[in-house]
Amino acid sequence: MQELIKRAKELLADGTVVRVLGWKAGDLPYNPEPAYFAKDTDFADFVYNGFCGANLSKYMIEASKMEGKTLVFLKPCDTYSFNQLLKEHRVEREKAYIIGVGCKGKLDIEKIKALGIKGIQSISGAELTDEAETLTVQTLYGEKTCAYKDAMLERCHVCKGKEHKIYDELLLTSRDTTDADRFAEVARIEGLSPEEKFAFFQKELGKCIRCNACRNVCPACSCRKCVFDSNKFDSSQKANADSFEEKMFHIIRAFHVAGRCTDCGECSRVCPQGIPLHLFNRKFIKDIDEFYGEYQAGEDVDADAPLTSFTFEDVEPSVVSTRS
Amino acid sequence: MLKIEKEKLPELFAKIAAGQELYLPVNISGQVNFAAWDEEVQVDLTTLKSVKSPKDAFFPQSENLYTCKREGKKITIEPEELKNQSFVVFGMKACDVQGLKVLDQVFLSDPVDTFYAARREHGVIVALACHEPEETCFCKVFGIDCAEPAADVAAWMAGEELFFKPLTEKGEALTKSLEGLLTPAGEAGEQAVEEEKAAIRAIVEKLPYSNLSLEGWNGDALTEKFDSPLWEELYKPCLACGTCTFVCPTCQCYDIKDYNTGHGVQRYRCWDSCMYSDFTMMAHGNNRTSQMQRFRQRFMHKLVYFPANNDGMYSCVGCGRCVEKCPAALNIVKVIKSFQKQGGEK
Amino acid sequence: MSIETNETFRPKIVAFCCNWCSYAGADLAGSSRLSYPADVKIIRVPCSCRVNPMFILRAFEKGADGVILCGCHPGDCHYSTGNYYARRRMTLLFSMLDYIGVENGRTRVEWVSAAEGVKFSATMNEFVEKIRSLGKNVRLGDLRCRS
Repeated sequence: MQELIKRAKELLADGTVVRVLGWKAGDLPYNPEPAYFAKDTDFADFVYNGFCGANLSKYMIEASKMEGKTLVFLKPCDTYSFNQLLKEHRVEREKAYIIGVGCKGKLDIEKIKALGIKGIQSISGAELTDEAETLTVQTLYGEKTCAYKDAMLERCHVCKGKEHKIYDELLLTSRDTTDADRFAEVARIEGLSPEEKFAFFQKELGKCIRCNACRNVCPACSCRKCVFDSNKFDSSQKANADSFEEKMFHIIRAFHVAGRCTDCGECSRVCPQGIPLHLFNRKFIKDIDEFYGEYQAGEDVDADAPLTSFTFEDVEPSVVSTRS
Repeated sequence: MLKIEKEKLPELFAKIAAGQELYLPVNISGQVNFAAWDEEVQVDLTTLKSVKSPKDAFFPQSENLYTCKREGKKITIEPEELKNQSFVVFGMKACDVQGLKVLDQVFLSDPVDTFYAARREHGVIVALACHEPEETCFCKVFGIDCAEPAADVAAWMAGEELFFKPLTEKGEALTKSLEGLLTPAGEAGEQAVEEEKAAIRAIVEKLPYSNLSLEGWNGDALTEKFDSPLWEELYKPCLACGTCTFVCPTCQCYDIKDYNTGHGVQRYRCWDSCMYSDFTMMAHGNNRTSQMQRFRQRFMHKLVYFPANNDGMYSCVGCGRCVEKCPAALNIVKVIKSFQKQGGEK
Repeated sequence: MSIETNETFRPKIVAFCCNWCSYAGADLAGSSRLSYPADVKIIRVPCSCRVNPMFILRAFEKGADGVILCGCHPGDCHYSTGNYYARRRMTLLFSMLDYIGVENGRTRVEWVSAAEGVKFSATMNEFVEKIRSLGKNVRLGDLRCRS
């Protein structure tokens, strides 16, 4: 972390950048917030640890509109999002100085709490310098430990790799965290009967409170005005009528980012109701891979996007009912 | 005071539900929220906080107001019926109960919201003491004692038993209907509850937010707080989602909309959030044009405007749900602390 | 569901037809006196790629039991490439509907040219039959739209 602060101060001092976009420690051990730092602010509360899951690429949309260059710290997965935004002209490359930071997998406080750890006072083992094997948590109810792996966000178990796709320089080392198949859960659901599938999604989406956190945190959702915010649009964005509204919202949300979603996993991370929203995005990714060839959004700025291109030999939609 | 063994709780719920609707914390796909009881549901009384506050039972996220139907050339208007049968909400916490008092100030003052009033009239609340408070709780700051929840019935979980103490007429009536299942707690029971209360209060003293100072936050602080340059800094990570407002036990804003059913119109209301860009949208546009203004509104309302209009009552109860759920890790505690810090530096 | 109710069930079908081929195909079916069930309501669109996934979901929401999209044959699009884009979009959307448990077969894409009145009528007859066998759309309809 000290390296990051040192480098940020240098770049601010020599005028390369006018502000730094990073994370500021919260008042609890696990709630750092995305924050800007300027030349005259001190970096006392700058933090980069296992709880810095937020994808700062999203904030670069706003930062690109500001005067001068912004230093931004991006984790390997965040760089995919940045690339994708670049491809869509939503961020400006020359407005960003990107330091690719290492990552040992990010932590999910909900998972730690689900292990029965509550009344948290402090957590050690979450720093980048740590081995990232075990977390030791001091709580009001005594000291608890848990394996780093068990507290990791779902997305880190299916990490796309620790290679930064775009950067000006790199700092800190990473650790490979992939230990599961990204599409296993999607494939499992595909194998269920229509009744079971419907019951599964009905139960999950029935929890939706229409808070729009999934949409607003998504780097791909960068429309100035969302169709679900339009008052000219007859379907309300806010009702949670258990029958249809949430399904419509989530299908369309995922569809609008199909072929552009880098699978950064922010939607699932922020959902207050723990809905596995990535299952929608990943279904589209899996289908795109199967029907139109492997494609990873954000990997290559110049590649043709799957939904804005075609071939004469594309499969017909009837493939859906004929495949086993 | 009465008691019942924890393992007999399903029987208790079945008996309550036989007489009226029963809402209680239920685990659905890993998340605990208040929902109607039936034999299938997985009741969870140990998770401290439901994701959504139980205000849902009195002020549902979406509810119909009336339906217009068209048949040929005839148009009929059918108002939605008001709640006219009693129901029980089991397991509300002291902060949630205080949250309802905040809502009462809004919905029960003139003009009275009849939908809400009917639910309040028919709702029987069994409030549960907070067995193990967590680091995000700060109800003490607002003078709430989570060891002594004050509702129709107060309940405590201690050891292998649940203790049950009716406090109002409605509570007495409910207790009466449960005769046979509940047995007198006796001296030992009273003792166990006192020990539980002491244990809860001891933990509350140690909570990191329990000593948060609200100094300077009151109805008089209006212009000073409103004009503070701090808001420009504070709002920056805000994603403009509605998580904080939708999990909050005191947020009461709603929107009224018409839904075209193809053969008529349903007028309904649903929770709205001051964080949304289309909140209170009018013909001329919106009166809060930036996210900073919308962000400021939420906290000014809770800590300044509401106390100014309600004899100093804050419209925050310190449940800490926003602290837990904000995707950008923003929350009311950070706002309060930032202003304190600034004050100190001056 | 018993056979009896199946016989009395009249599905609501929405057919999005592109202006240049399929709508003309429907016209030809009509002028050729070829019959297809009146349960099919045609909505004319400028091109099959004008149909956004929301149109399809909205049709279901408001009570449709089946939705079919008809456009020019690949290669024949009036705007050269519109139907190629529509083909990809619909493939993904249909796959998603299948994934969330909507019965397979409630949605369909068919390429019908202006000269294919016979194909239009045959397709519609077949599709209506299919939807009849599937019964009412319960999974995607909005409860509020049921009277």
